[in-house]
Amino acid sequence: MNGDIRELYQQMIMDHNKNPKNFHPMPDASRVAEGYNPLCGDHFKVYVKMNGDVIRDISFDGAGCAISKSSASMMTAALKGKTRAEAKALFEEVHKMLSREIGSAFDEEKVGKLATLGGVCEFPSRVKCASLAWHTMLEGIEPTGKQVTTE
Amino acid sequence: MGPEGKWDVEKLREDFPILREQVYNKPLTYLDNAATTQKPQVVIDALTRYYSKENANIHRGIFCLSEQATKRFKSARHKVQEFIGAASDKEIIFVRGTTEAINLVTQCYGRPFLQAGDEVLITHMEHHSNIVPWQMLVEEKGIKLKVAPINDRGELILEEFKKLLTDQVKFVSVVHVSNALGTINPVREIIRLAHAKGIPVMVDGAQAVAHTKVDVRDLDCDFYAFSGHKLFGPTGVGVLYGKKELLEKMPPYQGGGDMIRSVTFEKTTYNDLPYKFEAGTPHIAGVIVLGAAIDYVQSVGLDRIEAYEQELLKYGTEKLLEIPGLRLIGTAEHKSAILSFVLGEAHAHDIGTILDRQGIAIRAGHHCAMPVMQRFKVPATTRASLAFYNNREEIDRLAAALREVTEVFR
Repeated sequence: MNGDIRELYQQMIMDHNKNPKNFHPMPDASRVAEGYNPLCGDHFKVYVKMNGDVIRDISFDGAGCAISKSSASMMTAALKGKTRAEAKALFEEVHKMLSREIGSAFDEEKVGKLATLGGVCEFPSRVKCASLAWHTMLEGIEPTGKQVTTE
Repeated sequence: MGPEGKWDVEKLREDFPILREQVYNKPLTYLDNAATTQKPQVVIDALTRYYSKENANIHRGIFCLSEQATKRFKSARHKVQEFIGAASDKEIIFVRGTTEAINLVTQCYGRPFLQAGDEVLITHMEHHSNIVPWQMLVEEKGIKLKVAPINDRGELILEEFKKLLTDQVKFVSVVHVSNALGTINPVREIIRLAHAKGIPVMVDGAQAVAHTKVDVRDLDCDFYAFSGHKLFGPTGVGVLYGKKELLEKMPPYQGGGDMIRSVTFEKTTYNDLPYKFEAGTPHIAGVIVLGAAIDYVQSVGLDRIEAYEQELLKYGTEKLLEIPGLRLIGTAEHKSAILSFVLGEAHAHDIGTILDRQGIAIRAGHHCAMPVMQRFKVPATTRASLAFYNNREEIDRLAAALREVTEVFR
């Protein structure tokens, strides 16, 4: 099997795809944001329960490819208990990691387990999959009233 | 090789320089022919020759090059006429592609001649290009759009179509071959049924003309639309065939050069067919090169192309169905060489990425036919669409790569 493919679809990503974390609707969410990439059909809702400035709980549901789903799953695991500012900072780091030049380094310490998604930058057409949940989350914590898309 | 010679796909492949290319150090396996076809060297040469030796505007210059370009342009129109069996070259309108051809008909036939309450009948397997232009008229004119259903194999349910063909229906617009399912529609029967009630019919032939012989007079369709780039020709050029008596009563599509006979600030007289519908300098190179593409297809022979593709479709269907968890979407009895499928839990885009790294180009998504996806309750499919230059080895490569997908998604 191709090495890039092996890295992209490594075990942790496939595990999150098969058994996603926080994969359920949240009836008492403070906010629900919807992300949809019509060309590929990735379609998720991200639910957040805010306690002042803190993300007390976060979940998602919907359907999409392995990359979009595992990214959403890992995101919810990483953001629970984080403040709005921390969530935005992590969004920035993940965004940098996903859209960096192929072959260049990124700050693995800042992204933690999300470094698993570092190989996505080798697949430019898939960056939009990995980033969909993140943009949707931003809309959840700072709403503009728009449906999110990364296409 | 002429239509009489022995079918030799390896020899034909040599006509297409791109098939010698590599992707990620793997031979290119191009299986996205429903999106666009590759170009043979004679077509590429015709384009180069036109721009290096023949380029001039048409219908106006009093100089040698312009006269020659005009002649070549006319000759290409004549080639298209003969290619689809039209009665006259006045019935061949050059447009940008199938989408524009359909829009021309909705705007110049639908808009002036359909009234509020009139119905237009399409099928559930239409490309968005044969849905949205009609929806625009629904909003503007208050016409009604009716959709004939398809069965689980992706075939039009003709009995339902007949029931929907009521007295209120004033236009029928159907796809000849479905781009998402491969289904070949019984267009001749559809046209017969509609004409029995005096209803004109447009056929979207984008996926048909490169794979089967089309004869518009034999079909008796009123309009037929197709694109050059799906016929081994250039992008940006397409054809609308229309019956002369309909085209003549239709108003022009756009205003500007070539569609005009005389202009004063008080009154403009429009030009005759086909120029009435061809405002502005047309895609001269595209039209001339489309003529070269048609010459090429005819030298290979559409009857032989169709027979070979059917054989390859059979082989591909068998190979794909051997893969555990693979389900074909579109299993019509009469089918063009399109293999649309879902594979276990793997999303079409994950499949697309894994195949891409093996040099295999396929389409993953809704294929601009979202209602088809909704009908089969899938978000997207993976689609391998074949052309006559594909071979069994490429099918084998596709099958091997799909087994790799099942490994990843075990």
